[in-house]
Amino acid sequence: MNVRALVNTMEAAPPALAVEGVSHAYGPRKALDDVSFTVGPATFTVLLGLNGAGKSTLFSIITHLYASKVGAVRIFGHDVARDSGAALAELGVVFQPRTLDPDLTVEQNMFYMAALHGVGRGQARPRLRELIARVGLADRLHERIRYLSGGQSRRVEIARSLLHGPRLILLDEPTAGLDVKARADILKLVRGLVAEDHVGVLWTTHLVDEVKPDDSVVILHKGRVLASDQASAVIEACGVRSIGDAFAKLTHGAPDEETA
Amino acid sequence: MSASLTIEGKSERRFGLGGYFVCLKGIVWRESLRFLHQRERFVSALVRPLVWLFIFAAGFRQTLGVSIIPPYETYVLYEVYITPGLMAMIQLFNGMQSSLSMVYDREMGSMRMLLTSPAPRWFLLTSKLLAGVAVSILQVYAYLVVAYFWDIEPPTFWGYLTVLPALLLSGLMLGALGMVLSSLIRQLENFAGVMNFVIFPMFFASSALYPLWRVQEGSPWLATVCWFNPFTHAVELIRFAFYGKVEPLSLAVVVGCTIAFLAAAILAYDPARGMLMRRGG
Repeated sequence: MNVRALVNTMEAAPPALAVEGVSHAYGPRKALDDVSFTVGPATFTVLLGLNGAGKSTLFSIITHLYASKVGAVRIFGHDVARDSGAALAELGVVFQPRTLDPDLTVEQNMFYMAALHGVGRGQARPRLRELIARVGLADRLHERIRYLSGGQSRRVEIARSLLHGPRLILLDEPTAGLDVKARADILKLVRGLVAEDHVGVLWTTHLVDEVKPDDSVVILHKGRVLASDQASAVIEACGVRSIGDAFAKLTHGAPDEETA
Repeated sequence: MSASLTIEGKSERRFGLGGYFVCLKGIVWRESLRFLHQRERFVSALVRPLVWLFIFAAGFRQTLGVSIIPPYETYVLYEVYITPGLMAMIQLFNGMQSSLSMVYDREMGSMRMLLTSPAPRWFLLTSKLLAGVAVSILQVYAYLVVAYFWDIEPPTFWGYLTVLPALLLSGLMLGALGMVLSSLIRQLENFAGVMNFVIFPMFFASSALYPLWRVQEGSPWLATVCWFNPFTHAVELIRFAFYGKVEPLSLAVVVGCTIAFLAAAILAYDPARGMLMRRGG
């Protein structure tokens, strides 16, 4: 049918991430309603939505914490629900809550992640050193996470998500709780990964100032996709000047008491 | 930057046997490391059974005579009698504590991190369980070292070795039970609740502190409850194994319960029908 035809045409070069008609409900409450969008390889895509828009549910489904009853999620063509091993091997994740063990060192945390991907220490060591150097923390390798700042441990998490060489990484509000400088550093680092290393990125946020005109943007509101295009195209279609205005205009019809 | 950050053509990179081994080793290693860093947890895990041994057992020594029942071939001191019960208690606490830490972990996201591994979920959950069991066995042997100086030891030195498989099984059973509970009960975050509704009833309604024939004299009803309590069988399995013997019934019950609890835990954490979904993660 519709979706299948779409999949067939994309088989030659599957997108990094394809969310296809995903709906999900917790009892009577619909958290996601027919959500579809794609993230191209080596592109920076921003998933913009307020708290309660359904971002967490979507994240849970993409990372295979639980499966959606309706629709499918594919990572480089691998169905997350049916072929989760192959799909997850292509995926790196930075969750919003801190997930590093505070009492373990940077290197120990990295070893643990490598092991989860079936990579032993000897094989992981040179690569993790390179990645930690890449995020600018080479001298902190044997430091416990407890003694790092919020921005530094975020950078470790980003390095960790790249450890198994995924071609797609998801970052769930990675700048939450960081100061202006650390926020800018993280953003620059991740944009660099897209430009130089051709990693596809899905970046969720509620902060419109993290969007650049040539980024892809997916606007999620109350479980529905209101727009999915290049940021500049969304702005133009709305007839406004900025993505912030576009966001306000699109979500205006359904005012939400929840604040960002 | 020099080397590419992505690894091309790796969609074929599936988990081989070696990958599984590395994964299991990594999970056990992390759990042990975390445990060693939490010094208070280690101390309290050791102090708890020692309080029972040095105070409770010493006080009860004269009150409660234990007659000769298998596997014992002579009269034994009460301290000797309750030692297997205390070993199982260590594992019971540890099993519940690691299930708690899963709920806590899940909130903290590190449980979610674990589940992003491409290894099959049943394997990840079983590895996590084995990691908890390894930590509990560490605690049991630490207790046995102290008990040794209190003149509590198996009849032959081999007892320390023959008890190991029993500890592995009982640890798995109790850990799997904890895992099932962690997926079902939200209130589990409150440890007092687990103490009242899981740990205390399981511990007291068992053969850990008193032989079942004595319970039978006092309350046949309670004896029946004890007999159906899987914890009783974990205690008896350990008691016999410590003396280099096998209690077939207890072995069967513990193996059966381990399989049942483990299957329930894997089902509960299944992405398609799991309880995780209801939480609205």
